[in-house]
Amino acid sequence: MQPLTNKAQAVSRAPMTFWERLYLINIIKGMFITFSHMFKKQPTTRYPEEKRAFSPVFRGLHVLNRDEEGRERCTACGLCAVACPAEAITMEAAERETGEEHLYREEKYAAKYEINMLRCIFCGLCEEACPKDAIYLSETFAPANYTRKGFIYGKPDLLIPNPMTEASDLALARGVEA
Amino acid sequence: MGILLTQTILIKHNYISMTILAFDWGLVIEKLILIAVVVFGSLGIALYTTFGERKVAAILQDRPGPNRAGPFGLLQPLADGVKLIMKEEIIPNAANKWLFILGPGLAMTASLMTCAVIPWGSDIELFGRKIALQIADINIGILYVFAVVSMGVYGIMIGGWASNNKFSLMSSLRAASQAISYELAMGLALIALLMTTESLSLKTIVEQQVKGNWWNIVYQPLGFLLFFIAALAECNRTPFDLPEAENELNFGYHQEYSSMKLGFYLFAEYINMIMSSAIMASMYFGGYDLPFFDESTVAPNIAAMIGVGTLLIKIVLFIFLFMWIRWTIPRFRYDQLMNLGWKTMIPLALFNLLITGALILANL
Repeated sequence: MQPLTNKAQAVSRAPMTFWERLYLINIIKGMFITFSHMFKKQPTTRYPEEKRAFSPVFRGLHVLNRDEEGRERCTACGLCAVACPAEAITMEAAERETGEEHLYREEKYAAKYEINMLRCIFCGLCEEACPKDAIYLSETFAPANYTRKGFIYGKPDLLIPNPMTEASDLALARGVEA
Repeated sequence: MGILLTQTILIKHNYISMTILAFDWGLVIEKLILIAVVVFGSLGIALYTTFGERKVAAILQDRPGPNRAGPFGLLQPLADGVKLIMKEEIIPNAANKWLFILGPGLAMTASLMTCAVIPWGSDIELFGRKIALQIADINIGILYVFAVVSMGVYGIMIGGWASNNKFSLMSSLRAASQAISYELAMGLALIALLMTTESLSLKTIVEQQVKGNWWNIVYQPLGFLLFFIAALAECNRTPFDLPEAENELNFGYHQEYSSMKLGFYLFAEYINMIMSSAIMASMYFGGYDLPFFDESTVAPNIAAMIGVGTLLIKIVLFIFLFMWIRWTIPRFRYDQLMNLGWKTMIPLALFNLLITGALILANL
């Protein structure tokens, strides 16, 4: 058979010489190989102190967006839930009452918005389906939890901090994201 | 007649009270302190040897190793110790309970007893007394070490047998036969050394190397190599760690052990390592002798301290060598181990004996 790489080496079947049979020399050679590894650069990322950057196309946990005035952008149209191949998104729509204009951007809003992070496959189709720029995938991933229930993220978990009232929190979240 | 009897009793009484008066309490106290320091010192070093082992293994494999507990992971051995103590103590139902408990104790005792004859430094002068930094300078020092080291096999053997587990039993049988096979080569390699030193006392052997120009390694290179290989086998270190062969015997003779009893076995192994390093350093590498340094130029106490430091550094270097070998060489197969022991090491040791004898006879 034609060798596929130039790394192939024929196995030597020659009987070992006296020095080879002593093994000591080869053992010492091997020991110097391991010793040289003491001075090699360690490829380890020292995790909690040092984090490896995600790739720019990383798709992590979802966030529900607000506009510049801090109003929720979501109108509960349901396109994200329809687009979702894993059927991870559930929502209930509600009508905006008078006096709630500073909370919701449109006349209709999501009273309940839940994503099951155990079902979600982080494909990002919800993000693409959204006509209102209301849902985005961030650069964090779901932390561990003790119960399955804990992986169903509701509105309080998903909404970004209000840029009007919680500007510092938002900056912090952005900083962590970056 | 009556007077004579009273006189004899009186004389006897005098003699006894004199010996009691002459009893040197200072000696007892100094020895007790020395024993405490040496025992707890070697326990502490053994604790950190486990840490060193993990660090060395990690660095040789391009990993950082334990670095979570404390700065550079320095508290890791303490965390390990606490973990071992807090673990549930399990004694198998079918085990022989007393022997099961006796095993690790015996292993530990045997490995700690070795340190009694190691000279840790030259004499120091404290409160007008001359204190030897050696627990017991017995004239059969080396013989004592051999006797105690072979007792360590009982710890393994009893522990393995009492567990009532066939893997443990097999492993302890392996350990016992390995220890016996390699003790022979070790002893024969040593006899050649003893022919040149003409003394069994470790103190005398070290003193000869301090006063003489050369360390014994120069006179006995082959003897040292054989001794070193046999020491690896005696300590059940890789490449001779067959008693612990994880892939064929699960975990070896301490498989059924848990909690601090397991800790004792693991500890005994590391103490064995320290002690064999100390003995090799004393016998072949000048013990507490710092090369190219004249001890008589400094005060005796400072010279002794330098000596202790030198010996400790030599021990650490030997331990590093042990670890370095462990993380380089794979394990022997059992028949290879026996072949090496009986067909290579013992003939070589005899050959070394012959050459040494011939050279001594030729007055070289």
